[in-house]
Amino acid sequence: MSSVPLGDPRSDHDSGEGAGGAPRRRPTTAPVPRFAHGSRVPGWDESVDLSKDPATVPDRATTPVPQKLHDAIKGAMAKYPDRRSAAIPALHAAQATYGFCSPQAIEQVAAVMQLTPAYLTSVATFYDMFELAPKPRHDVFVCTNISCSLRGADELYDALVNATADEPSVGVRSFECLGACDIAPMASIDGEYVGPLNTDDAQRIVEDLRAGRPVLEAKQLRFRACVDPGVAAGAREFSAPAARKADTAGLGPTGDVLDRPGPSAPVEIRPDEPKR
Amino acid sequence: MKLLFDRIDEPGLDTLPVYERRGGYDMMRRALTMAPEEVLKSISDSGLRGRGGAGFRMGQKAGFLPHGHMDKYLVCNADESEPGTFKDRELMQKTPHTLIEGIVIASYATEINRAFIYIRGEYALQADILEGAIAEAQAAGYLGESILGSGHSLSLVLHRGAGAYICGEETGLLDSLEGKRGNPRLKPPFPAIEGLYHGPTLINNVETLCTVPHIIRLGGEHYAQIGTPTSTGTKLVSISGDVQCPGNYEIELGIPSREIIYGLAGGPPEGREVKLWFPGGSSAPVLTKDDLDIPYDFDSLAKAGSMLGSGAIIVVDESHTVLEVAIKVAKFYAHESCGKCVPCREGTNWTVKMLDRIQSGEATPMDLDIMASVCEQIIGNCLCVLGDAMAMPIGSMIEKFRGELETEIEIARERADAAALEHVVPIGVADRHAGPLTVH
Repeated sequence: MSSVPLGDPRSDHDSGEGAGGAPRRRPTTAPVPRFAHGSRVPGWDESVDLSKDPATVPDRATTPVPQKLHDAIKGAMAKYPDRRSAAIPALHAAQATYGFCSPQAIEQVAAVMQLTPAYLTSVATFYDMFELAPKPRHDVFVCTNISCSLRGADELYDALVNATADEPSVGVRSFECLGACDIAPMASIDGEYVGPLNTDDAQRIVEDLRAGRPVLEAKQLRFRACVDPGVAAGAREFSAPAARKADTAGLGPTGDVLDRPGPSAPVEIRPDEPKR
Repeated sequence: MKLLFDRIDEPGLDTLPVYERRGGYDMMRRALTMAPEEVLKSISDSGLRGRGGAGFRMGQKAGFLPHGHMDKYLVCNADESEPGTFKDRELMQKTPHTLIEGIVIASYATEINRAFIYIRGEYALQADILEGAIAEAQAAGYLGESILGSGHSLSLVLHRGAGAYICGEETGLLDSLEGKRGNPRLKPPFPAIEGLYHGPTLINNVETLCTVPHIIRLGGEHYAQIGTPTSTGTKLVSISGDVQCPGNYEIELGIPSREIIYGLAGGPPEGREVKLWFPGGSSAPVLTKDDLDIPYDFDSLAKAGSMLGSGAIIVVDESHTVLEVAIKVAKFYAHESCGKCVPCREGTNWTVKMLDRIQSGEATPMDLDIMASVCEQIIGNCLCVLGDAMAMPIGSMIEKFRGELETEIEIARERADAAALEHVVPIGVADRHAGPLTVH
């Protein structure tokens, strides 16, 4: 790495061509507040606040927990061989109860699960879906990863931010790939995937959320058919459903059982077919 | 030929009555009458390679698990977070019972009694559908104690994640499933020996497990005749980006990549050409339009210096610069790095900073060399491959599009200089817009 200049590589660079123009970066000589050991963060073995005792496992008797939340956490713990596995489901339940993972919510989860609040906070801070600060009631996650941004997700994000500027109940957030690049650019609105969106849809989304109706029902992922032409060819054997609902259980729109062919036939491969 | 996608849009396929009418759970019945070794041999004979990204043979992986009755676990990796990948979502949403059937068969072959599905937290709809399907299967006796009187028991639990790409990495997933932060573990020991709760664990992708019932139906050797000798079977390909019909397609492995991108997905919009494409999610080294005739299978793509990965093709056409793609990719991995290993945590961050420098006009062509050397230093030096997953595409972009990136550096530098000169009032010139700028 001998080609890398030592010292401040940019001091020459700036004076060479900047010609005394506007300073491009913050001067590096400004003092940075540091801890005694020379770092800008407290040491790994130091408590951030020494005036407090370390938090212990909260006492179940003195920590009231809403019955519904208590049952949800207990139910989750029963599903796993190790109770700690229920940390994520329990935090999901707490977030659903309180809107976000407040210190009080974490305390209650800790009391039920018999873990320290620090442990649960360490888990909650790791995952993107847990909020440790109050958040608006409606979540709008806009995917701004590569496939969506190639199709204009950044403009969509800006449009949604503008459209929700005076709507405190809607929080818009750019999110990493949500796994729906086929409907790019897309957004997850309170967990419901909608797409492909354009910037004009932003206003409609806000109106739908305000009115409390399903958001952009025509563009919801749950009603989208597979694009593979082979699937549609196979599907022609069936009478087309009146409404493409996921939970029709093979029933027609009026509740009658649709008459369809029986079990799928095995796929035939001719043995004499030349191998690629 | 459609195996996984065979009439998948049939309404109500996510419910037990429709699935059973189409012959659902028959393959599970058949497998339960066979000996576990026979089922495992069928899977091994099929040559089925893992569909999650690594492409490891499922039969071989299942064979690593110790025999006998002990606390063994099967984990289905449904934490589909690789940018560009959305095939498992379609499978879980439309035919969840195929996945359950595959899990039962795989658990029978490896004598496992506890299974988990780790689904990413964002897939709320798919998780609800799966939960309903699991309840249906339980009520019908396809899960639980002694399934259909065979003596094989299986409990299946759906576990929702909470938004972390790293939990798709198998050991990160195990830590997350144990209720910890999703940090990857040191390997070996591999999960097949010591995984979830320190027990032997078989981890497979959704698509891999969904294929298992079809292998039982066709027979392992018959299935192996589909595709190429080393990449057998059909594969779901998720195509996205600059194509006319993005979506999931089921293909036979080994067909030319051009046929997928142009034949199935319609290619880029009229009048534009493919500039680069990721053959296997954003972690795969990029290929150019000269590589479009490479057969789409594991070995051909590896030979071309890339990988099939999760089967997610992202197409970028000429209307986008390499730089904007590189920044998006690098920022994603910098955001998702768990921070456990230094090369990945620092390397991804510094790569983002250097790419930002190119955009703000502060970079020199030498920065490309530094970036390439950072990428080299990440690869192979971390516990998991998240860092590699950034280093490989960025390294390949620098290698294949160096000329364009250098031009980009020059353009950005001129733009930045012009912006800086806006503030300069040359000596002796009262109105700086009066004449051409001269710097004294």
